[in-house]
Amino acid sequence: MVTLTLDRLSARYGRRRILSEITTPGFQGGQVVAVLGPNAAGKSTLFRRIFGLLDGGGTVRIKGATGERPVAYMPQDTGANAVLTVYESVLLARMQGRRLNVQADDLAEVDHALAELGIAHLGERDIGDLSGGQRQLVGAAQALVQNPEILLLDEPTSALDLHRQIHLLSILRRLARERGMLVIAALHDLGHALRFTDQAMVLENGQLVACGPTDEVVTPELLHRVYRVTARIESCSKGRPQLIVEEAV
Amino acid sequence: MHAGTSPSPTEQGAPEGRDFYRALVVRRQLILAALTLALFLSLCVDLALGPARFGLGEVIAALFTPDNVSQQARVILWEIRMPVALMALVVGASLSVAGAQMQTILSNPLASPFTLGISAGAGFGAALALAFGVVIIPAAVDYVVPINAFVMAMVTAFFIHALSLRRGVTIETIVLLGIAMVFIFNALMALIQFFASQQAVSAVVFWTMGSLTKATWPKLWIALGVLAVVMPLLARHGWALTAMRLGDAKAESLGVKPRRLRLEVLVLVALLAAIAVAFVGTIGFIGLIGPHIARMLLGEDQRFFLPGAALCGALILSVGSVLSKVLIPGTVIPIGIITSLVGIPFFLFLVLSHKKASW
Repeated sequence: MVTLTLDRLSARYGRRRILSEITTPGFQGGQVVAVLGPNAAGKSTLFRRIFGLLDGGGTVRIKGATGERPVAYMPQDTGANAVLTVYESVLLARMQGRRLNVQADDLAEVDHALAELGIAHLGERDIGDLSGGQRQLVGAAQALVQNPEILLLDEPTSALDLHRQIHLLSILRRLARERGMLVIAALHDLGHALRFTDQAMVLENGQLVACGPTDEVVTPELLHRVYRVTARIESCSKGRPQLIVEEAV
Repeated sequence: MHAGTSPSPTEQGAPEGRDFYRALVVRRQLILAALTLALFLSLCVDLALGPARFGLGEVIAALFTPDNVSQQARVILWEIRMPVALMALVVGASLSVAGAQMQTILSNPLASPFTLGISAGAGFGAALALAFGVVIIPAAVDYVVPINAFVMAMVTAFFIHALSLRRGVTIETIVLLGIAMVFIFNALMALIQFFASQQAVSAVVFWTMGSLTKATWPKLWIALGVLAVVMPLLARHGWALTAMRLGDAKAESLGVKPRRLRLEVLVLVALLAAIAVAFVGTIGFIGLIGPHIARMLLGEDQRFFLPGAALCGALILSVGSVLSKVLIPGTVIPIGIITSLVGIPFFLFLVLSHKKASW
């Protein structure tokens, strides 16, 4: 099973250091990991650094990967307006680095990714005609169709309605369990993080301030210190932790 | 994806996207075939027209069974008209492909060899030779003007290329640099015309209008050779170039290296445009119109868009060549004037009547 370990990972934009020596225990395939933190904490930079788009010190250690391209990365939505259908844009993600000829199994993979995310009906639509939420699901399909062993998702639910947020996170958790895939997602909704993720890493000003099982990391003290809110965590009737935010401080 | 871990789309009763996609591919192949057929017809009409007129049947016979037509027809069609007619196709395809890829890598619908200053650079190089006999690289008389034009076009492209390597230079900056180059070369052209003799000014003005009449077989082979080399090099990046239209961030996330790809493609399209402009002068708007029509007909999957842009550009210039002969009987109007006069209204009609915005 794949494992990902960050060892004193840093990143810079020019002379400005954005991430400082992030070290984590090994995250294992089958887990969902939340990357938490306020705005400008360095979450997107962390994804870009892990994916190899930024330079910096430290090491990203991946063990147990079997494919040539084990990591897929879904950046935050950029709202492109190319003359491509949804189907073509997902196929495009599948075919990068491959030959120009499309095989039947490539099309089957695209069908499958679209169906997984419940957007098969959008296949014929132009991507320029989609809503922000629909585009975000297409972005997730573009990442999934690559069959990654490690999936990096930068705020995958930011433009989704509540139903689709729950739907997408449920799918990701199921796929992680079924395929032994490691899913790492930046989330702003700590309630979702508590419910759908196994581990959490919390960033603040480019530094890792907490890392571990989500229910141990997300505490009223951390929320007060990092997010500057007073909050409490209670168990609902089904035994799930519920985050109740009282006020900003 | 791991089959069997969840229900397939068919099992869920969802429509099969692959059926739609296959139909889309067939439709695009038919469009490419139709464009090729239209191109062949336009080539035949172009060959048929001139001071000595031939029927279409005679032209087709001369093309496929040259021994069965008269010596006169064979000489006129093969030796005199064919290089010009084929040059229209090659130059049209080259300029259109150059424009298509500039628009793709710069994410700007107005990018073309014309708007990035490459054509203006070529014009300046040609004017230096025509007005003052300045020879940048010694060559046979026939090739002095094209070589000057080519060198200046490449210098312009590499200047833009070099500036684009500086830290903090964005796509918008590159486009603005191109526009600045256009203005600089226009000013230099005006300066040349100010100091040159009247006869030289006429030659410069005629060159900048763009004309296919100086096409010869050797020039055609050079232009065709460059196109034949560049097209596969661009096609090799087909998926990556298509991904570029999703934006740099998305392209990077799919494993594309936008900066490196942008520079490589810029050099290739500068070569295409420089060769085309060097041999026939400044023919504007093909690099703008050809790609837009191809995009409307075929979308932006480069596997169809790239050959589509080449065919559209070739067709437009071939039809332009026909019009340049028939609009005023007995006079061949410079092709650059035709492409501007006919192409731009047609382009505006297409853009305004098209329901969806491409950008």
